[in-house]
Amino acid sequence: MSWLLRFFSSSIGKKLIMALTGLFLCSFLVVHMIGNTQLFYADQGLAFNKYAVIMTSNPLIEIISIGLYFFILLHTVQGLLLAYKNRQARPVGYAKFNNSSRWQSRNMAILGTIILVFLVVHMSRFWYQYRFDYVPYKKYVENIQTGQMVSTQAMAESYAVKRRIVEDLDETTGHKVTIVRDLYKEVEVAFQNLPLVLLYVLSMVALAYHLVHGFQSGFQTLGLNHPKYNPLVRWVGVGLFAILIPAVFAAMPIYFYVKSLG
Amino acid sequence: MAEGHSADNMTLTLKVWRQKNRNTEGRFVTYTLGGVSPDMSFLEMVDILNTQLIERNEEPIAFDHDCREGICGSCAMYINGRPHGPKQVTACQLHMRSFNDGDTITIEPWRAAAFPIIKDLSVDRSAFDRIVAAGGYISINTGNAQDANSTPVPKEAADEAFMAAACIGCGACVAACKNASAMLFVSAKISQLALLPQGQAERRIRAEKMVAQMDEEGFGACSNTGACSAECPKGISMTNIARMNREYYGAKLKSTNV
Repeated sequence: MSWLLRFFSSSIGKKLIMALTGLFLCSFLVVHMIGNTQLFYADQGLAFNKYAVIMTSNPLIEIISIGLYFFILLHTVQGLLLAYKNRQARPVGYAKFNNSSRWQSRNMAILGTIILVFLVVHMSRFWYQYRFDYVPYKKYVENIQTGQMVSTQAMAESYAVKRRIVEDLDETTGHKVTIVRDLYKEVEVAFQNLPLVLLYVLSMVALAYHLVHGFQSGFQTLGLNHPKYNPLVRWVGVGLFAILIPAVFAAMPIYFYVKSLG
Repeated sequence: MAEGHSADNMTLTLKVWRQKNRNTEGRFVTYTLGGVSPDMSFLEMVDILNTQLIERNEEPIAFDHDCREGICGSCAMYINGRPHGPKQVTACQLHMRSFNDGDTITIEPWRAAAFPIIKDLSVDRSAFDRIVAAGGYISINTGNAQDANSTPVPKEAADEAFMAAACIGCGACVAACKNASAMLFVSAKISQLALLPQGQAERRIRAEKMVAQMDEEGFGACSNTGACSAECPKGISMTNIARMNREYYGAKLKSTNV
């Protein structure tokens, strides 16, 4: 096993960890973005609230999310250690520095630190609250024939069940009743706060710059540099990960803030 | 020497790093140098300054130089924030016409923990020699010289190996890299042998040993910023670093070194 330890403590082995965890986190972003676009549905949050239940109760997703937390930590710790070690490789800097490389490629650790601060705020605001704290329930009544929402009602604070969702079909009226924890409401309330909205938008700009370099850099570290596939990696890295995904995520707090203005 | 500001007679302000030896503190010393011809190479310009310093009984500036035709890789100078200055050539191939009359030029040594300063602009690059000595060669039992074409090499492989072999080991990649990483150099030395049939027998052990030595010397890791390749006077490509990574992964998976 010593060869494996030596491998992961070599400079290339450390970079491999950064590349593999980074690309895994990229794949998470795709899933997270697609799921969260349900915030834009005009259904008073029913689809999003049901999605939140699946994401926190499906055993397969639970296992993957443990991996996700671990990889976030590994990517963070390894990244900071590498940044520290790389600084040690040049103890005395230059008086004049005209580097012919892109700013974001030299400042991945700073961008990553901004994203880390964002993650702490984001997870304590929503993830922790949903999993460990109190989130009120909301009752949705739908007509299953027409698919129309008949009525919605916020449940009293005294309402508490063990399950995160209760679904019931009334066959005589043809109404489907869903009582589910209302994470949508939490999101709606949170994004009425302008400083929080600004933090989210700024963090998505940092994410965009982090990924415009990070996605391509991950492939290079894996040794995947080939004239046939480089354009694809570049387009996916810039178009999907540096533009589309941060833009859609940034649109969510902006959407709720604008909505709150009336 | 006459003070002049015509195009053929430049006056420059030179901020040069002076350091007695690796144990003393260094500092910038500013010199004004007139009578510089645009046709001089950068090293010839420093030669003139040194002549004046010697005439004034001052210590001349120590700097490495040898071939002065861009192929030995000796002339390590960090000029105005870039290795070898504004053109992607060695300092001996840089001409004073790349500067303007009245310019201030900052000249620093390569900065890296693995390249300790010997004196002034001269740094100890023997770390590169130790990396090559760790495995950057092919072991053969010498006998009579082989017939030239007894080992066929496809043109494409020969070209690619040659492009990697163009590395002159000047260290501009280390100087340019924000991490003082030597990966462009090491990857060129691994690639030039990995691409040829003669290099196959020792391919795995070579990648393992050279990377281990590179880490031992205290060079940083690669952030894929591309500054190394952009500043390399021989235009060594980043594809070599990707190849080195593949060689290293393959070596770690398959070699019998446990």
